Amino acid sequence: MSVPFRVAGERAVVLDCGPAAAGTAAAVRELCARLDIALGDVVPGAQSVLVVAATPFYLQRFLASLTKLGPPMVAAPSDVLVEIPVRYDGPDLGDVAAAAGLDVASVVARHCAAEYVAAFTGFAPGFAYLSGLDPALRLPRRSSPRARVPPGSVAIADAFSAVYPRASPGGWHLLGSTDAILFDASRESPALIAPGTRVRFVPLR
Amino acid sequence: MLEVVDGGLLTTVQDAGRPGLAHLGVPPSGFLDAPAARLANRLVGNHEDAGLLETTGSGPILRARGAAIVVAVTGAPAPVRVDGGMADPHASLLLRADQTLSVGRAASGLRSYVAVRGGLAVDPVLGSRSTDLLSGLGPPVVHAGQLLPVGDEIAGDVPALDGLAFPAIAAQPVITLVAGPWDDWFGAEALQSLASQAWLVDPASSRVGLRLAGTPLAPARSGELPPEGMVTGSLQVPTNGLPVLLLADHPTTGGYPVIAVALEGDLHHAAQAAPGSTIRFRLRADPARPRT
Repeated sequence: MSVPFRVAGERAVVLDCGPAAAGTAAAVRELCARLDIALGDVVPGAQSVLVVAATPFYLQRFLASLTKLGPPMVAAPSDVLVEIPVRYDGPDLGDVAAAAGLDVASVVARHCAAEYVAAFTGFAPGFAYLSGLDPALRLPRRSSPRARVPPGSVAIADAFSAVYPRASPGGWHLLGSTDAILFDASRESPALIAPGTRVRFVPLR
Repeated sequence: MLEVVDGGLLTTVQDAGRPGLAHLGVPPSGFLDAPAARLANRLVGNHEDAGLLETTGSGPILRARGAAIVVAVTGAPAPVRVDGGMADPHASLLLRADQTLSVGRAASGLRSYVAVRGGLAVDPVLGSRSTDLLSGLGPPVVHAGQLLPVGDEIAGDVPALDGLAFPAIAAQPVITLVAGPWDDWFGAEALQSLASQAWLVDPASSRVGLRLAGTPLAPARSGELPPEGMVTGSLQVPTNGLPVLLLADHPTTGGYPVIAVALEGDLHHAAQAAPGSTIRFRLRADPARPRT
């Protein structure tokens, strides 16, 4: 049993591992540390993991060891749980409630009831796509993105929730805001939420 | 200390960037034309990956404040002047205290590199002094009035050469590609189209990516790609079919399929591809392409 992969240039491959990307990425790092395979980056995606070796030589060694990785790994629950305090005062609460056929209190309750897992990052440093959103809150992105979403905005789109680490354009539905610092380059762990991190939203009253 | 008299069109501090943090959404960043940047650093006796300046189109005017500085300019050929007098590119130059160095408009190519002995010592962010124009990490874009600190991390003596032959910037470079990871999203016809046309470099190109205009590449299938990690050099094809060659400040994950990836050793061609110029691609023959 081996993980199917696609070639991405001279020293990288994309492993097709389904939604178990964060767990597979952790397994890749563990395997490569054990076998002294020098890595560049290991980047979980929504359904895949990009593995960038330090050199083409190490990529060949990694591919030769791929059978040791086993079948795509369901994410082992991380022992890191981050609680994000949220003021549920976002401008899209009413629209989300109407689209979901719920009242605002139920939207808030459903958003905080779930425990999320950071599936992958992208878009901006520290921006994590959090899986685990209540299916009743699944909505496509806004038809017209905002030119500026304030930092700390707590948002949902499609099957994900997320927190905007800094001001940026954005098309997600804004449910609220937090004072938590999602990304700080001067911290030892710059990103508050890394792939595999468990997340809960706690309402501020 | 190096005083910035004029920042030029778009000048940034760059080093080897901050690879290894892509899983946190941090782009690799770093100098785009690595051979030229490393040569500039070697010419002043620095470690190859020391912080230096990367210009875009037209370079800065810099003054040595207080003390003499050894500098070198490489990359896109642009007129180099010390106090108004012509000086040589690809050579170590002594800038005496209060003398100015100017790097003019690139005659061909796009990016020149200005190294200073000891390296530029702006504060590193996540282990790198590179300005990342996508995420905003690293020092601000170089601007008039700024004082750039010069460090003391030297690797050795200034090499005893009197100038150096350096290959000219190719007028229409050919960049070699490895097919995949999503070549089958497009099929053989699109791959052939990719490798048979001269692609025009769009003015909207930046350190994030080279935007290319030409005959669009048609996908062989419909649907959307779940976001996945992407390497520098990826040729990403958005829904309009016009490929974007991802450069150092690229987003770490993307939602459009990558038809092919450029060889790292060819990326300096992309760094020097000015808007309005054309580039070509060729596909590397891969006899034993691993597939499972």
